[in-house]
Amino acid sequence: MRRHLYKTSVLVIGGGVTGTGLARDLALRGIPSVLVEKRDINAGASGGNHGLLHSGARYIFSDPAAASECRRESLLLKKLAPHCIEDTGGLFIAVAGDDENYIAAFPDLCSRSGVPVEELSVEEARCREPALSSRVIAAFAVDDATIDPFKISLENIAHAQRLGCRLLRFHQVTGFQTRGRRIIAVHLLNKATRQEAVVEAEVVVNAAGSWAGSVAAMAGAEIPIVFSKGTLLVSQDRYAQRVINRLRRPTDGDIVVPGGTVSILGTTSERVTSPDVIYPEVHEVDLIINESAEMIPSLANARYIRAYCGVRPLIGRQDTGDDRNVSRGYELFDHNEGADPIENFVSITGGKLTTYRLMAEKAADVVCRRLGSCRPCRTDVDPLPDTVNARWTEPGLAPSNWFHRNDPDDTLLCECEMVPRSVVDSIVKSLRRRAGAPSMKSIGLRSRIGKGPCQGTFCSQRVTAYLYDRKVLKGSQGLDELRAFLRERWRGQHPLLWDVSLAQGEMLEAMHCGLHGLELTDESPSEASPPSSDKHPDPVDVKGQQDGSH
Amino acid sequence: MEAIECDLMIVGSGMAGMAASLFAGQRRIDTVQVGVTGEIQFASGLLDLLGVHPITAGSAVQNPWEGIRQLAKTRPNHPYARLPLGTIRTAMETVVEFLNQAGLPYFRCADRNLRMVTPVGTVKPTYAVPETMAAGVRALEEKWQTLLVDFHGFKGYSALQIKETLRREWPGLRTLRIPFPGLAGDLYAERMAMALHRPENRRQLAESIAEGLGGCRAVGVPAVLGLYRPQEVAAELGDRIGVSVFEIPTMPPGVTGLRLRQTFEERLPDMGIRTWYQQKVSSVRRLADGRFRFELDNTISAKTVVANSAVLASGRFFGRGLTADRSGIRESLFGLPVVQPSSRDQWHHRDLLNPSGHPINRAGVEVDSHFRPLGRNGAPAFSNLTAAGSILAHQDWIREKCGSGLAIATAYGAVQQAISICAAKKKQPPVVG
Repeated sequence: MRRHLYKTSVLVIGGGVTGTGLARDLALRGIPSVLVEKRDINAGASGGNHGLLHSGARYIFSDPAAASECRRESLLLKKLAPHCIEDTGGLFIAVAGDDENYIAAFPDLCSRSGVPVEELSVEEARCREPALSSRVIAAFAVDDATIDPFKISLENIAHAQRLGCRLLRFHQVTGFQTRGRRIIAVHLLNKATRQEAVVEAEVVVNAAGSWAGSVAAMAGAEIPIVFSKGTLLVSQDRYAQRVINRLRRPTDGDIVVPGGTVSILGTTSERVTSPDVIYPEVHEVDLIINESAEMIPSLANARYIRAYCGVRPLIGRQDTGDDRNVSRGYELFDHNEGADPIENFVSITGGKLTTYRLMAEKAADVVCRRLGSCRPCRTDVDPLPDTVNARWTEPGLAPSNWFHRNDPDDTLLCECEMVPRSVVDSIVKSLRRRAGAPSMKSIGLRSRIGKGPCQGTFCSQRVTAYLYDRKVLKGSQGLDELRAFLRERWRGQHPLLWDVSLAQGEMLEAMHCGLHGLELTDESPSEASPPSSDKHPDPVDVKGQQDGSH
Repeated sequence: MEAIECDLMIVGSGMAGMAASLFAGQRRIDTVQVGVTGEIQFASGLLDLLGVHPITAGSAVQNPWEGIRQLAKTRPNHPYARLPLGTIRTAMETVVEFLNQAGLPYFRCADRNLRMVTPVGTVKPTYAVPETMAAGVRALEEKWQTLLVDFHGFKGYSALQIKETLRREWPGLRTLRIPFPGLAGDLYAERMAMALHRPENRRQLAESIAEGLGGCRAVGVPAVLGLYRPQEVAAELGDRIGVSVFEIPTMPPGVTGLRLRQTFEERLPDMGIRTWYQQKVSSVRRLADGRFRFELDNTISAKTVVANSAVLASGRFFGRGLTADRSGIRESLFGLPVVQPSSRDQWHHRDLLNPSGHPINRAGVEVDSHFRPLGRNGAPAFSNLTAAGSILAHQDWIREKCGSGLAIATAYGAVQQAISICAAKKKQPPVVG
């Protein structure tokens, strides 16, 4: 079988926010790279978080250094990537019964970390955010904001690709080939085509997030990682204009973040043994709702659209206790140290969305030293370009564009989020231009399709039918696509099915199982295997398929 | 305001409520039926009896009667197991005969399930299909060279998808995409069906199809061939083109459900049923003499119905017969106990397509052998209340593909019981129960 061989300066492993940020950082310094990702962009923790651009106030007690970093980085990103950010501001609020000592110490701790804070009267806080509980006893305004994590990663990789970086999605690292103290080649498996590929790079950077430990182990290095699952909920409506934080030491269900037209509630922190098979669970959902309703009572009876979770890679010892006490700071491992050194292998992991740029910069600095290059970092001065590729994740953009075009043939494929055919066309085109394979899930990731109240009930089949018409799908691939897409949606629906959502879920099953019999088309059904792209890789690209009758 | 009095109140206007009204009407029971449009609007038009058993094996049932016999043995709690096979047959027979008479004829093979193509290109086992789909069953069975037609702007339905997905089983398929006569832009099934009641649109459609026919022996189109008497539209197109024209169900809500709803809504009043559709029962109270007093509500008017007996056919969550919050599932109207998993984390599997089916789908109202819902003490909650359809516990109509059959058979059982109560009441004064 033909094996693809890629030669480059730097191989980046992992297509999360750190990896894509690093690819762009290197590209801006003129350093060629290949980025490999075993699933799709932001498949791990980068896609499973609040989308919160921290002011730093959350970390003033547990990790003052991280607090100062957040402050600096959030200011930079607001300036350089404003199209990915909604500068909402944030509140920290305490309710009756919360620790009064923490409340009293809060403003001081903030100023010690350089995090600006403004004390508000309870009346003022409730005037700014009318949904707040009448049991609020203290409130402070901070500079929190929200950031679209998909958009920031898609923009980073789009810019890097434009500057020459090569992106290989659905490519899993299968092994490292070493000679002496150097990695000379990294072996990959293209999970879509089952073909093997090899990358020869001068430096290899492991930015695999929660999978950094297993990637490092393949190279013979060790990274002590613990896995902490965090679950989040998306409500149908937006309950507050600002980020609302509970004014207490960080614990479960204490942040409500606006995200366009919705609110995102979270999180939990549960130790898991593997980052691979994770689900949001009913008890987490109840905990988050009950805790968040202490701050915003109407959340107790809100309609929820989706639950999702991510695994935080926390660098530390396998000890017990609250994972929130493990540092949220990042760790940079230069594996050219210790008992079995590897000269050209670096791991960057841990950290948080807010500080991704800084992590990428620090990793790129080490890479540059290895390469003997001294070009300085530019991501702290160059604005992040606003490209069309990452636009469709933004709520409300597709509808306004559609109204503006007013083309009667541009029918809406997703009626909840008003995504028309032209958006699907543009995503398919951009995926193909980068030699990617379009699939329902990869289109879903890059648009609002399936993210409204129907959670894919109707648009799944509409998009599938359309992809056949566009010759993107052939044979029975549509069934694989429908199963994979609906399973992925279900993952985030099943713990939230009561009241109206339960009726919607029943409708979904009546249509896709009752009428279509999708459950009967599955050849290898199994609860144990994750309903993720691991099992359902993208279909191969089918260029040039002909069907004379259309 | 004066209360309306009746012998039997039927709550619900899905397939179970409609069938119950039909059975009551045929027996000349003084009946009121109330319900908002529910699941029937989303019906594919196919009448399922039993398509899959056992569901864990995903086995398609060949002979539905034999399948029900097996099901009753392995699942003695299943509502089907509460009825003799002959009764289920009679019930099904009665409804199909009614639909035939009412201008919505059905096609079936006595003891064998049919195989019908779905809009995603799978094949679904079902008991009876509208006559407009019959040629499709035969075309698939005999692998005819067939032309699948679809329309610009009719989303969610791609002839190419069906052809490609069925490629192995049915290699003789070709596709044709044409504009829909008289309509442009985003097309919706109901408007398309209405448009085909105009002769010039039918003529134009036949011409476009004939041009692309090639050597095909049959033509499959999405189910939009008119709202009324679609078999006549199909026959006319067939005559013009020269080969059989058949319908394939579309994504719900389509016109197949509308046709069923309309047929019942038009015919039941003629049989003496007093129907109030688009009205909701807001509450019910039991009077001292054992009768039920229902308060009906809509935004315009309020009504009161006092009934000697009642059939509860209010559906599941989608029909709002059952409601659920984070703490559990309730029966919405009478507050009947609901058989359900012990906690919410047992309701659904993490995998949508888990072959054993989601446990919540077997939750519902428990009944005795006369379809009387059981109260908390395990005895019938009320002597004069029965329940029918998807609200019943111990069935998974979605996975078993038995929605219509279950609705129709249990409606028959529930109405029979109600009739015997009414008959008994006529003989003796009401007993406080």
